[in-house]
Amino acid sequence: MNTPAPQRVAVTDQAAELIRRLVEQHGHVMFHQSGGCCDGSSPMCYPHGEFRTGVNDVHLGALEIEGVAEGVEVWMSGPQFEYWRHTHLTIDVVSGRGSGFSLEAPEGVRFLLRSRLLTSEELAGLET
Amino acid sequence: MGQYAAPGAAGSVVEYRSRYDHFIGGEYVVPAKGGYFENPTPITGKPFTEMARGTAEDVERAIDAAESAVSTWGRKSPAERAGILLSIAERMERNLEKLAVAESWENGKPVRETLAADIPLAIDHFRYFAGALRAQEGTLSQVDEDTVAYHFHEPLGVVAQIIPWNFPILMATWKLAPALAGGNAVVLKPAEQTPASIHVLLELIADLLPAGTVNVINGFGVEAGKPLASNPRIRKVAFTGETTTGRLILQYASENIIPVTVELGGKSPNIFFNDVAAADDAFYDKALEGFTLFALNQGEVCTCPSRALVQSGIYRDFTADAVARTKNITPGHPLDTDTQIGAQASNDQLEKILSYIDIGKQEGAKILTGGSRVELGGELSGGYYVEPTIFEGHNKQRIFQEEIFGPVVSVTSFDDYEDAMRTANDTLYGLGAGVWARNGNTAYRAGRDIQAGRVWVNNYHSYPAHAAFGGYKQSGIGRETHKMMLDHYQQTKNLLVNYSESAMGLF
Repeated sequence: MNTPAPQRVAVTDQAAELIRRLVEQHGHVMFHQSGGCCDGSSPMCYPHGEFRTGVNDVHLGALEIEGVAEGVEVWMSGPQFEYWRHTHLTIDVVSGRGSGFSLEAPEGVRFLLRSRLLTSEELAGLET
Repeated sequence: MGQYAAPGAAGSVVEYRSRYDHFIGGEYVVPAKGGYFENPTPITGKPFTEMARGTAEDVERAIDAAESAVSTWGRKSPAERAGILLSIAERMERNLEKLAVAESWENGKPVRETLAADIPLAIDHFRYFAGALRAQEGTLSQVDEDTVAYHFHEPLGVVAQIIPWNFPILMATWKLAPALAGGNAVVLKPAEQTPASIHVLLELIADLLPAGTVNVINGFGVEAGKPLASNPRIRKVAFTGETTTGRLILQYASENIIPVTVELGGKSPNIFFNDVAAADDAFYDKALEGFTLFALNQGEVCTCPSRALVQSGIYRDFTADAVARTKNITPGHPLDTDTQIGAQASNDQLEKILSYIDIGKQEGAKILTGGSRVELGGELSGGYYVEPTIFEGHNKQRIFQEEIFGPVVSVTSFDDYEDAMRTANDTLYGLGAGVWARNGNTAYRAGRDIQAGRVWVNNYHSYPAHAAFGGYKQSGIGRETHKMMLDHYQQTKNLLVNYSESAMGLF
């Protein structure tokens, strides 16, 4: 049996459940990781295509979520990725009230990233 | 001094209403879809009022009101507009405690700060822009003997302002004062974490403002902020927040071809050269305080000095003294005037800070003090409190590169001047920086070499009107707290006039 290819992003069960609900309300969605102040350093969730990614953005992966037809793309700006590339990111959700235009805010919850260091084996698989 | 009573409790200097609608056209208007959302205080985690949940319909009504007000407002003489700004300042000054307690209760910051900084700075801001407007003059250019180019400052029209939650009243003022001075009408959306305190201000000043010049729509970004920022009737958008929303706002602005000012935060270095410790004197004490300012406003400042760079010759002793100074910060009830650090503004903010403390530890950074959530007990047990935290590590770690927006500083050492500048500028951002040195030449050179819009030299976290504030690099576009911001809220009309009686001779 082949070991699955290493991934940069994952999603918790609670966040996956929220994404399923958001897809039902808004159609296909995407994430772009924010930097900077206030609600920055958090993953922002938008209707797919609402946020225009450009040549300097990095596609970190697509979250496969049961009940959601297409993989949910996760993006980050390229310069920011240079400082983040050694970490694995898991999208989670907590109660709270983020601002910004992220889709989940009216639900009284906020997506949040949990991070861990990628292992050297994972990094070798990802950086080749 | 003691502790202020909570809003609504007996003896409080301020009352919040149980519900706030939208402020449109000089009156309170029920939201079109009838929705409201609860607004908790981060001090206890409990809701204290509810706010209108705005939608595109409400935004359209607010823009209607602003459009009908703007031509009259924009045509008022500078003396009249400046006079109204001065009246606003005076009204605020007479109600300073009321505004200070209201903002502290909503945001969680110590009332000591709102009394001494947030509200006095806001008051001065209205006065500054009243003065800047009165002193503003157009220009003329004599093109040739018969031809003169006159340059007039004209308002943009209806502008949108999206306000952050870290200084709800001061940040609103940073944007309102220049916009109103410039002759514009405003549709303003406060942050959903701090939507109510601006209404305490509005109640005090509504009678001073012609109906429709200032309109406030509450609600969530996706439901109210987006229809506002993307509306084709808006002539300019001002935003303070983070990079992804900033990009989205720039994207909407490109669709409407309108100007934008954005302030998107930073990861500001605070640099301490060896000679800071040349004597154990008042200056050394001031520098230690400068280090400790990372915890001001619970670290929820776009220019939080969240990276401390300390020269190797003094690193060990200075850091030890800085840790001791940090441990002296007094936590407590934000409405107690002795409290120096209050609550983080929301639960998700608390969780984000804790997640960064976690990744900092995983990356091998060492905690010198703090590192945990604080349980203050009693009525504060539901609030969001974090210990002032000092990490020791290196600049490639994520805690050195990302804005945590909490009372967390990451410390590293540098060997020489070039090393300091390399580390200071190794960041995506360029909003603020601090330089501490007794040698004026070093301080000057460092101040010029750091790629940031505001470099504090031998001080930090001072925000006077009259000093331009804004970012280099990914920290944004525009300069606030200065008359430069008047230009960001005006457009230039050139009248090119020819005084000759003769034809040009072309046809």
